[in-house]
Order: sequence, then C-alpha cells, then structure tokens
Amino acid sequence: MDYRLSSVQAGELFEKLSGAYDIYGPALFAGTGCFADTDVIRYKKLRSFDEIVWDRKSDYSFKEVLLPVNETLFYYTEDETKVPKGPQKEILIFLRSCDLHAVKRLDEIYLNNGFEDFYYARIRRRTKFALMGCRETCGSGFCVSMGTNRTEEYDLYMEPEDGGFGIGCCLEELEAYVKAAGGEKASVSPAFAAENKEKVTLPRKLSNESFTKEIWKEYGSRCIGCGRCNFVCPTCTCFTMQDIFYRDNEKAGERRRVWASCQVDGFTDIAGGITFRKDQGDRFRFKVMHKIYDYEKRFGYPMCVGCGRCDDVCPEYISYSNCVNRLAKEEELA
Amino acid sequence: MGMDINTKKLKKNAFRVSKVRGIGASRIRVPGGYLDARILGMVQEIAQTYGNGYVHLTTRQGFEIEGIRFEDMEAINKKLQPIIEMLEINQTEPGTGYPASGTRNISACIGSNVCPFANYNTAKLAKRIEKEVFPNDLHFKIACTGCSNDCAKARMHDFGIIGMTMPQYDPARCVSCQACIKGCRSLSVDALRMENYKILRDTEKCIGCGVCVTKCPTRALTRSPKKYYKLAIMGRTGKKNPRLGKDFLVWADEDNIVRIILNTYKFVREYISPDAPAGKEHIGYIIDRVGFEEYKKWALDGVELMPETIVNQCVYWDGIHFDNKGK
Repeated sequence: MDYRLSSVQAGELFEKLSGAYDIYGPALFAGTGCFADTDVIRYKKLRSFDEIVWDRKSDYSFKEVLLPVNETLFYYTEDETKVPKGPQKEILIFLRSCDLHAVKRLDEIYLNNGFEDFYYARIRRRTKFALMGCRETCGSGFCVSMGTNRTEEYDLYMEPEDGGFGIGCCLEELEAYVKAAGGEKASVSPAFAAENKEKVTLPRKLSNESFTKEIWKEYGSRCIGCGRCNFVCPTCTCFTMQDIFYRDNEKAGERRRVWASCQVDGFTDIAGGITFRKDQGDRFRFKVMHKIYDYEKRFGYPMCVGCGRCDDVCPEYISYSNCVNRLAKEEELA
Repeated sequence: MGMDINTKKLKKNAFRVSKVRGIGASRIRVPGGYLDARILGMVQEIAQTYGNGYVHLTTRQGFEIEGIRFEDMEAINKKLQPIIEMLEINQTEPGTGYPASGTRNISACIGSNVCPFANYNTAKLAKRIEKEVFPNDLHFKIACTGCSNDCAKARMHDFGIIGMTMPQYDPARCVSCQACIKGCRSLSVDALRMENYKILRDTEKCIGCGVCVTKCPTRALTRSPKKYYKLAIMGRTGKKNPRLGKDFLVWADEDNIVRIILNTYKFVREYISPDAPAGKEHIGYIIDRVGFEEYKKWALDGVELMPETIVNQCVYWDGIHFDNKGK
C-alpha cells in the first residue's frame, strides 16, 4: 500500500521506527571533503529523515553500514577471546536502486560464496532497505547499461514531495509504522532513472589473453594507487586483518578486519616478501577484470552496478566506465 | 607656463611620477588579485584613451596604466570610479580616485577558490583586511596565502597570513593505507607515523598544511571546522636588511589577526621616525629600533587568543645585512 505523510507525521514515523531500528542514510558532512570548504555525502545513523540528502548521490556508498571500515572481530587476552556484540536493533538503510543491486553482490560474497560470514550475516539478517528514487539520472552513473536502474527488492519506498513524503510499503511490519504515524492512502510509484548520460558497453571476449593489452600500461602510468575507487565502490568487499596489541598491555588486544584496496601497496604482499601485482597497471587491470569478467564467470552476472562513484572520485581523472567502453571498442574493431 | 604639480598629492592619489617629464602612471588596487573580468575592459579603455596602450601587472596584483599625462588625472579618476566601486574600495569622495597609496594592495595567492591545497578563501580575507585598513598613508604590506607553500610570498611582507588547518582524525575510518604518512613525508614535514595501524601526529612538528587531508582516501582525515592561520611578521625586501618574516602567532584566528594589524597602525603612528623619507618607514625597522617587547605590548592590546594559539614571545629576525658593513 502507498501512503502520504506530512513532515510532522514523518517526524513521528521516525520517532517510532527509532525504537526498533537504527536508521542509516546518506547525509551531508559539511566541510569534510578533500579540499577546503567542500562537503562529503556519506552514510550515518540518522537522527531525522531531514538529514537525508535526496537530490545528490552519496560520495561513499551504504556498504560501510553492513561492512564497517574497521570491525573488531574479537578481543583477546592470554587465554580467552571475546566476540563483540552484534547489532542491538534492527537496521533500516536508505539507498538507491544501484546500491540495492550492490547488496546482492555483497550477499553473494559474504553469504553464498562457500560459507556464511558470521559478522556480515548477523548485521545483514537484521537489515531492511528503504529505496530512494532517482527522478533524474545522476551525472556519472550508468545503471541502465548495467541493468541496475530498477528494482523490486526493497522493503519501503520513500520520497520527499510537497513538504511531506510519499511512501510505498512492501513489508507489513514497516507498513504498520507508517499507518500508526497517520499515513493517508495515496498512490506512489518509485522513480527509476530510465536513461543515463553515460552509457557503457561491456566487452564480451575478455580472457587471460587480455592481460597483455596496451591499455593497462597507459592506466598504470596514470594511476597513483590511492584506492579511492575501491573505497567508494558499493561492491568492493576486500578486507585485511590487523592484530592489535594494546600498547600498555601487550598481552591483550584485538583482531580487526579493515577495508583493503587492490590498488594500494601491500594488497598482494605475502610471506617471504613476494608481491604479486607490483605494477599499478596490473592492479588496475585486476580491478577492472574483476568487476566485469572474473566475478561474472563465477556468479553469472557482472559485479559492477554502474553507480559511477569511482569515476567521480578519481583524483587522476581515470574513468573506469571509459576504460570498459574502450575494451568493448577494441573488440568491435578487432 | 611650467607644469606646477604637487607630486606628494599625486602619489597619495595612487599616481606615479615616471622618468618622462609630464608623464605618469595610474595604479589600480585589486584586493586579493581577484576581480570581475569586466574590469579588465575598463582598464583597457583607460589605457587606450589616456595611456600609451600598455598596462603593467604589478607585483602586488594591481594594474599600472602606463604613459598617462598628468593633466588627465582628473578625467582618469572619473574613469576609475566604477572600478573602485566594483572592487568595493573604501573612498572618501566619489570621483576623486584613490584616497591613499601608503598601505599597499593586499595581495593573495589564488586560494581555495581554485587551489586544492589552500586552506581558506584568500581573496575574501584580503578583501576583509582591505576594508579594515584602507585608506591609510602608512606603508604597510600585507599578503594572504592559502597554505604553507606560501605562493603569495607572504613571508616577504610586514604581515604574512598563512592558512592552516588542524587535521581531524577519525580512527574508525582509517584503513592504514599510509597515504597521509607518505604525503606528509614527501611534500611536508614528516609529522605522521603509524602505531598499531593508526596514525599519530606529532603536534610539535605539524605545520597544519593540510596535505594529509587531501591524501586521505576515506575521509578519516578531514579539515577542522575552524580556520587557522599563521601570522608571520616583518618580512621585507629592500636595500638595508631584506629578510623573511618570522612566526608571531601559530594556530591563530582571523579576527585577532585583523586586530593585531590595526593595533600595529597605532604603534607605527606612535613610533615612526619623524625623519622618515616621505613619511615612509618599514614597520620592521621601527620594531628593530623600538624593540620587539614594546611592539608586542601594542600588538596584543585587547587581543584575546584562543587557547590553542601559540604566541612566540620572542621573535628574532636574521636576513641579509647590507646596512652595517664595516661598522
């Protein structure tokens, strides 16, 4: 059922939902951008729906809610370990269609890829998703090309309209909250981007032969290996392990898992001092091929959801989407 | 009839006496070097109507229209009026040009309007200072620069205002990639290190340049909401003892810097040498004569600094001495 809530009613809805849910959404972090007086939109635990930034895409994705940048797996003393408590409440995440498609990719890696990841699963099981519409396409996204512009997998749809909100409810449990807040019946249909400015054609003939392409050398000479493309990506799932021994008592400590980037030094270091992908071009090739080739070979669909965040964030103006198009073009001309 | 002109008045009105008799130049101040491009057309018109068609881009980011005739000064002042108004220069009487020239144009690097390294909007601060100090006949040189790179050469000024930021660190967002450490080491002062996979900042070494913030890929390091400045004082060029300005305040705020500059005008009025040629004596030489302690007393009058502001209680300058050879 669909409803309309005034802003006061939406405030009540938030209040009531907060009893059972931690609500996360993209919010403005003023002045925290790379450069002076620039802002960042990233996810936070909301205090009100008013904090949500509706009219722009978030710079960082929702993934940090399900996969914290730093997550303590357990604390240890000399003879015991202790796993920290999982989430105490249900979780509701506001996100857009491309990101909701990314959830499927995260699930694939953390739940269905051989065995279930305990830490991811305990958060994920309690998570519901509220879809944010895209009345217009964002600047850099190519969700239409990736088939991620539409979705029906959401639990709630919400969009601001005329000082209030239009809400579509798919999940009874959430609908009860909307009704209780005084929602008036209405007709609301989710807004999905039908066309993007950016269009991407996937190459279809990639193979191990593609490793030697000249194109990687070019990108290798441009990439500075900062890892921003990985950190903003809603589908990058790599982490590394850190064992911390407390400085004042080295017999106690904690093990953390921390986001890792295949572009940053150290990612392929192994015991014995060997590094597999030393060259930045090899790292770039690995990333691109993982997004559009390796992952698809294993799971049957590409990893990239076409959100375009990597293109927006690259300080060296490397466009992943253009790289993919160049690979497709090469095939066409071959 | 010979040409009878009060050159002191002419200079105060921001004209210059040139090598060629009867011919001068008109100087246009552009605070922060930041202007509406339409002004360029106005400068062009004056240069082509009254000058020799050439304009010098001055070292202080103004314009100097060459080859103007002294008898055209009044007409030129009328033509300058829209420029003066667009740049919001304080004026005593409209249509009469600039009321002073002693306090020079406040110059600035391009700042955070464009530059990724800048910690603040230099043009905006330059404009604010211009509003506070101009018009004034005393010879003050002030420059605003966005970061410790000091592209504005602020350290060669009486007051060099250098942008700083106090890095804010959120360990929960840090992925130990060490981009900040590498950036600080190669581009700045090597003030960062890693312990237990987290970043430690040596606060004694850190110059607040903000490089770590620009390098951080996850927003673990961000700029402080508060803008900070270093105030380097009494740098100068010149014949006797050119020298770089030294830090007086570090981690200071904008309001107090403006107050200190205004206090310095009072100090100079009190102590300027009565023999100063054309009433022009670099402030630094006055302080050299009177002593830094006395200057500090005047400068900090009514100034309430933030707890994090460091005041260098004694400032010593060096530089090159050409003024005491053989003494």
